[in-house]
Amino acid sequence: MKSKPIPADSSSAKTPLKTGAQIIVDTLVEQGVDTLFGYLGGVVLPLFDKLYDGPIRIIIPRHEQGGCHMADAYARASGKVGVVIATSGPGACNLTTGLATAMMDSIPIVAITGQVRTELIGNDAFQEADTTGITRPVTKHNCIVKDVKDLARTIREAFYIASTGRQGPVLIDIPVDVEIAECRPDVSKKIDLPGYKLAGKGHTRQIENAAKAINNAQQPLLYVGGGVVSADAADELRQLADKANIPVTATLLGLGSYDQRKPHSLDMLGMHGAAYANYAVQECDLLIAVGARFDDRVTGKVKGFAPNAKIIHIDIDPASISKNVGVDIPLVGDSKKILPVLAQKLSHKERKDWLKKIAGWKAKYPFRYDNNAAAIKPQYVIEEICRQTRNQAIITTGVGQNQMWAAQFYKFTRPRQLLTSGGLGTMGYGLPAAVGAQIAMPEQTVIDIDGDSGFNMTMTELATAVQYKLPIKVAILNNGYMGMVRQWQELFYNKRYSASSLLNPDFANVADALGAKGISVRKKSNVPEAVKQMLEEKMPCVVDFKIVPEENVWPMVPAGKNIHEMNGLDILESLA
Amino acid sequence: MKHIISALVENKPGVLAHVAGMFAARAFNIDSLVVGRTEDPALSRMTIVVVGDDKVLEQVRKQLAKIISVVKIQDFANQHVVARDLMLISISALPEKKPEILSIIEMFKGKVVDIGQKFVMVEISGPEEKIEAFINVCRPYGVKNVARTGTIAMARQAKPGS
Repeated sequence: MKSKPIPADSSSAKTPLKTGAQIIVDTLVEQGVDTLFGYLGGVVLPLFDKLYDGPIRIIIPRHEQGGCHMADAYARASGKVGVVIATSGPGACNLTTGLATAMMDSIPIVAITGQVRTELIGNDAFQEADTTGITRPVTKHNCIVKDVKDLARTIREAFYIASTGRQGPVLIDIPVDVEIAECRPDVSKKIDLPGYKLAGKGHTRQIENAAKAINNAQQPLLYVGGGVVSADAADELRQLADKANIPVTATLLGLGSYDQRKPHSLDMLGMHGAAYANYAVQECDLLIAVGARFDDRVTGKVKGFAPNAKIIHIDIDPASISKNVGVDIPLVGDSKKILPVLAQKLSHKERKDWLKKIAGWKAKYPFRYDNNAAAIKPQYVIEEICRQTRNQAIITTGVGQNQMWAAQFYKFTRPRQLLTSGGLGTMGYGLPAAVGAQIAMPEQTVIDIDGDSGFNMTMTELATAVQYKLPIKVAILNNGYMGMVRQWQELFYNKRYSASSLLNPDFANVADALGAKGISVRKKSNVPEAVKQMLEEKMPCVVDFKIVPEENVWPMVPAGKNIHEMNGLDILESLA
Repeated sequence: MKHIISALVENKPGVLAHVAGMFAARAFNIDSLVVGRTEDPALSRMTIVVVGDDKVLEQVRKQLAKIISVVKIQDFANQHVVARDLMLISISALPEKKPEILSIIEMFKGKVVDIGQKFVMVEISGPEEKIEAFINVCRPYGVKNVARTGTIAMARQAKPGS
């Protein structure tokens, strides 16, 4: 393959020749990258050779999927762009679940994959896969770089695209000959994206309309999502809610953007949301959605969602407006800019009747469980973790019951505190996410609240945590089932538990074998002590809580029902 | 309802795949899709005919606009627009039927581009309805082969009546 020097054009003639691999490293450093998650392979050897001399810390996962989740959680916890590198073929294919997870939750990642030599592309070469083809639907943008001169600009563009607008993963595929080829690097820092336009700070007249609607509303409700977290707009949200005296409910990804200890917090809404949140949605006369996308797990039956409400939708993505639910006042733009302007125009209202009504629902249907049984209840474990960490830990989760209980029983106080795969629902996310979050936030307590089945999927990453001496904690709520699908089988398939249980290993022994600390808890009375021990551990620590096997998550809106048609309210009431 | 959407896109590899993939992933129905170069070598134009109601079309436009390499979108609904298809069609034409067929071709302002003992190949362009009508008229003689471009379109610049 030719690698002839290229005459200076946009680059300075004084700039020395550099290889593509060196340009990648230099551009990553220029973009502020100090840590990346990377797994080596044949076609990324030139790149890793340059990384060897560079200032960037490399975290090696045990599997590329784990590496991608780590980069994702690193981004969620820190607000920075996560970077993951994988080789061609299987390496790139293994990224796809992680990319799809990040795509659904709008998480900024730059993924760099090696590719076979340009001349071999399309020849079914060893470890060749059509990486841009495979990852196109699961990335915000992707491209292949075939000319070393385009490399620096393309990487800059990738960071820009990933971290602006509605954030998301961007993948750059780089053939190995481009890593080796030399050129004088483009130092102009130019980007060239004629088709990429960012939404502004909201239409002035629509902001007026929204303010008028809010000031006139008797029963308004804020419904906030992950967009508030990505926009770093939690303070602006709190100020608006406080000033106008409006209660706040959050989606799973929005949890923490409004302190759940505050009286105006209605916790999570939706399929397993709080009854008081769902009732408030159904009875409000004005719903103010901020950075939320009316996902089916939130709306239930779309036609019956918020039937009495006018809807204001603040979102950075124009395509999210009126996609699922018709919106009366759309406000496209950055909520960090829109919320303060809107708040200025709002006046304080008493809203006595509305708040009283909500307080009544809250008193009648709080999240509750029966803790009188001798067996360990999962909700109790989470409450104990929440108590001992004083609501301050970073929590990652698996998917399913463990995730819903964590959302219901840990009360989050700040954004970027709950890291969970919301949109894609990726089992196995919890452990690698804890690794990525701990790398990003070394001073904080990071706990993966996981299920036994999800932990099984990616538990190999415990070895990564041991290698880097990360004091992550894993609390396995071990019911011996894929709990959420078992719950559905119980409720909708006549308790026919088809393929929903696994033979688990002894997780504490597995942890010990991998060099982590393992603890098994079988007695309820040992839970507080085990949590304490887990929090004090300096090495990765796995606590296997053997919980009651057939506990259900309540309340529950069955698929296709309106969100006020919840099952399990009788159970919550009976526990009063 | 049919909508004609015109998208200016960057002339780069993978753009067609991005656009076509988005349509497939979001279950939008494409009637036709035409790609060609424009006066600017950096840009191509895609003319896409989509079937759907207003809600679907709004999503189509927004999702297209989200694709990074799509530079500009125009929806020609409610606009005065010139829309044309080009077709090559091969028709069975026995000698005794030829004069009749040739007069039909003339009526439709088609052009004979190839002719043999038992067939004629015709180039014809115009609005989609005209193309459809021509095929229907030819059907009794026997249509052997059809190749169509799909619709391309451009908004009229002169105001109607001027």
